[in-house]
Amino acid sequence: MRQFDYSIVEEAAKQLYIRALCDLPPDVRQALRKAQARETNPTAKAVFEAMFKAIDIADREKTLICQDTGLPIYKVKIGSGFAWDGFAIKSRLHEGAKRATQEFPFRSSSTHPLTRVNPQTSVGPGLPVIYFDFAGDTDTLDILMAPKGSGSENMSRMQMFYPAHGIKALKKFVLDTVVESGANPCPPGVIGVGIGGTADLVMKLAKDAIMRPVGSRNPDPQVAAMEEELEEAINATGRGPMGLGGDVSTLGVHIETAYTHITQNPVAVNTQCWPARRSRAVISPDGAVAYGY
Amino acid sequence: MATFHLNSPFSEEDIRQLRAGDIVTFDGLLFGIRDLTQIYMFDQGHEPPVSLAGAPCIHTAPSLRKVDGRWEKICVGTTTSTRMERFSPDLIGKYGVRAIIGKGGLLEGSLKAMQKHGAVYLAIVGGAAALETQQIEAIEEVYWEHLHPEALYRFRVKNFGPLTVAMDSHGRNLYEEVKVEALTRLPGIYEKLGV
Ligand code: SF4
Repeated sequence: MRQFDYSIVEEAAKQLYIRALCDLPPDVRQALRKAQARETNPTAKAVFEAMFKAIDIADREKTLICQDTGLPIYKVKIGSGFAWDGFAIKSRLHEGAKRATQEFPFRSSSTHPLTRVNPQTSVGPGLPVIYFDFAGDTDTLDILMAPKGSGSENMSRMQMFYPAHGIKALKKFVLDTVVESGANPCPPGVIGVGIGGTADLVMKLAKDAIMRPVGSRNPDPQVAAMEEELEEAINATGRGPMGLGGDVSTLGVHIETAYTHITQNPVAVNTQCWPARRSRAVISPDGAVAYGY
Repeated sequence: MATFHLNSPFSEEDIRQLRAGDIVTFDGLLFGIRDLTQIYMFDQGHEPPVSLAGAPCIHTAPSLRKVDGRWEKICVGTTTSTRMERFSPDLIGKYGVRAIIGKGGLLEGSLKAMQKHGAVYLAIVGGAAALETQQIEAIEEVYWEHLHPEALYRFRVKNFGPLTVAMDSHGRNLYEEVKVEALTRLPGIYEKLGV
């Protein structure tokens, strides 16, 4: 078998970071357009106008939509038919994120947690955040990328409820968390919710949720119904775009679930901003790269 | 809701006519400031080398590069204002700043200063740095360069905005009103959710 050229992964990792920062996915654009159409508050309508102008300028001039280049996250899904070297993939993602930062160039938002020294590379121990997962029915290396800004990430909350608190405690927690976050996460974005798993897995589920295309529904009808219900509840608060009042406070609630302990009932919220940035590359065994979202 | 196009620096009259919820765009002078700029001014006692009177100040740490001794913009975005509340009443009262621009809003002390001296808080659309950057025509001066990217910047802007009057000079605070309204609606929403 011919050796796979891992510089392809590095180049894709670089392009993915840049693409995510500059080119908003079509589903996000469409959700924003729909939101603007149903918005009745005139101030909020002007806020949407500014968002579309920023998207247009970023399209035309290939510039960043938002100045916060965030922390880079790569979700890698490897098909059974793709022969792979995990260490090579990890190192190349690291290198690609660094090259994006230095070659575009854009500001690195990543820093040492104690010394607060920012080496201007966007990477370091633990960064980029990389998740590996596997698919049985493909022969590709599928990489989903999201840069996560601080305004929305700072609004993350997690709580370990007990089974006796029931589902209603989870719903109230999500709603209260969003109300409390106010204008900070640059609403209206996606509200990612994790339910179940362990303390760390529940937040990972919430992160998976914000990386789904806007408007997609969880395949489980009970969960999908909960998504709709919470969406309606959050929009009924009237907090509106940028927390300045209006009919649209979220573009969508996405929920992901996992089995949990019989004595546990965990929930997590991870918010995403109105520029719900993400990009995707699907790499074939022959080295061909298809970019998307 | 009314729409205004103004020229900066602003007069007291310009500012007093604005009401919470109005939309503003403007041309002219704009200063960029941030946490460090104001720590340097207020905690370490450095007088700004330029008059801020009548001017708007935006909360930013701009991405710039210096080419042949001249500053060029890369990306200029806006940060959350609330953590700079401590400095804002003096920025308005002592230095005559007429508008503070940012996201997330300021608190009661600033609102009082705005009422007393004739100033407003203008909310920018967060995350829309591409638009802001385009509306900055020139970086005319960077004062206290050693503080960059939290120095004191003098920008010239064209059609800057749209900005929402979120706190006006008559004591209204849109963030607070929207929050109170949300809290008022909350019991009804809980009931519908069955929680
Ligand atoms: S919250 Fe999101 S959109 Fe707003 S400034 Fe931060 S990264 Fe940008």
